[in-house]
Amino acid sequence: MSKNVAIVGVGFTQPQLKTVQVSYKEMVYEAAVKAYDNAHLASHKDIDGFVGCAEDLIEGTSIFDEYTPDQLGAVQKPVHTISGDLLHGLLVATMKIKTGIMDIVVVEAHSKASNLKTYYHVTNYALDPTWNRPLNVNPYYLAGLEKNYFMHHTKTTLEQIAGVVVKNKKNALQNDLAVFPEQTTVEKVLQSKPNFTPQTEAETAKQADGAFVFVLANEETAKKLSKKPVWITGMGWASDSPTLETRNWDEALYAKTSAHMALKQAHIKNIKEIDFFEIDDRFAYKELQHLESIGLYGKGKAGQALQNGDLNKDGKTPTNVSGGMLGCGSLLEAAGAIRALEVVKQLRGEAGQRQLSKANTALALSWRGIPTTSGAVLTFSRSLS
Amino acid sequence: MHKDLRGTHLSKKAFDNNEISTTLGDPHAYYEWDTGMGIGRFLQGLKEGRIWGTHCDTCKRTVTPPRVFCELCFSKNITWRELKTTGTVNTFSLCYVNWDATLIKEPHISAVIEVDGTSPRVGFLHLLNEVDPQKVCIGMKVEAVFKDEKERMGDITDIKYWRPL
Ligand SMILES: [Zn+2]
Repeated sequence: MSKNVAIVGVGFTQPQLKTVQVSYKEMVYEAAVKAYDNAHLASHKDIDGFVGCAEDLIEGTSIFDEYTPDQLGAVQKPVHTISGDLLHGLLVATMKIKTGIMDIVVVEAHSKASNLKTYYHVTNYALDPTWNRPLNVNPYYLAGLEKNYFMHHTKTTLEQIAGVVVKNKKNALQNDLAVFPEQTTVEKVLQSKPNFTPQTEAETAKQADGAFVFVLANEETAKKLSKKPVWITGMGWASDSPTLETRNWDEALYAKTSAHMALKQAHIKNIKEIDFFEIDDRFAYKELQHLESIGLYGKGKAGQALQNGDLNKDGKTPTNVSGGMLGCGSLLEAAGAIRALEVVKQLRGEAGQRQLSKANTALALSWRGIPTTSGAVLTFSRSLS
Repeated sequence: MHKDLRGTHLSKKAFDNNEISTTLGDPHAYYEWDTGMGIGRFLQGLKEGRIWGTHCDTCKRTVTPPRVFCELCFSKNITWRELKTTGTVNTFSLCYVNWDATLIKEPHISAVIEVDGTSPRVGFLHLLNEVDPQKVCIGMKVEAVFKDEKERMGDITDIKYWRPL
């Protein structure tokens, strides 16, 4: 059994609002070619297995995994698709390598959000068909319900949550990949149109298109291929109650469980030892809720940490230096790809003007979005201890 | 209803009269897929009454519908080639069942057409017409019948069907 697994190559297309010039296959092909080059693979034939991350109803094609091999160079190779975020894909690929059956495994996720004309309806189709769906209300109200509960029980303020938007959109100004960078203020965020109160438009990540491919390898292969392998040191995943009627509204249990699992595996006793965090922030309050759920801050303490500047690039626990989803965009199953990509860039020392002075270890968290309670946490390190 | 089977059978009437508890669903899922560089140019060709293919200069293989990269050698070593609008039936089926499972008298004929100019075993799925269903056979030479020019939309249905040459 191969003990250690690393990311040895990344490739991606520039995220954009629309990508009318290319099909999803052509977009993924571009990302794959770049990733294989980045991993110094002699040929796509060296890859042993492939994992795609896609949801049939979002793609608009049933049994979508049938359509993934060509653009990855995976013809007649083991391929499977999971309906989950790219971080879930990374941990599936890691497990494949750890079995010892495969040395090199590729993970792919993309967003053609612009091609799905009725996103909210498709999202509604994830609700219970008998007692939730017939109410026929845009399911994003779930963000409003959760935010309300979270604020009420943690005493987190609207200003603190608006501060997440200001920070992340500002961070995005230093990220070429960001689709929605902006210099904004707490006042402006608070004045933005309410969409699902107490949630506002400015606090809701907007969708974008893009494709991402990651190449993973076992220790021996990784050391041969890459001078700067990014080691996956711990991973966890969990789903809480699917029903809206019984779920826990103030704490993200999936995040708590996933983080606990990943930290234990990585032998990290104190989460504060980790240098920086890339966290799902598709709604601004989610960043604070997630930080509390993974145990970085106590209940009701993340908002204060934000106001103290602790989550800033130069703070004690830098969070979403990439610009997060608020700054970079929400990319369907590739949402976690921007999280993982930022980790790779920072740990390799390739983050340019937003390079952190201390970037040896990182934690990334993805959430599968409304209406799910599914998440994954991965921890990464620049070196093997 | 099969009288020889045991149990209490549900009737269509029971469903129609709402005596069976069910919830109706409609995904209301609408898409607009970007066709991209490969299929986009192919569809534009159909609008002009042409069939485009691509040739991989590495694998020496010509395919249609065309693609801007070769899935086998994974290169972009591609040349566009205009193909003939004739081909050969590679395989076919006479379809006697409608969407609602009712039987139809005159079958739809689905077929894979190997378009002339492509490598062996390469072609696309389409329909045959203007032919006696019983006379269709593998190896039959066929030609594309396009819609009138002004009716073409840049869709695969710009070819109405294929008929024997
Ligand atoms: Zn080729």
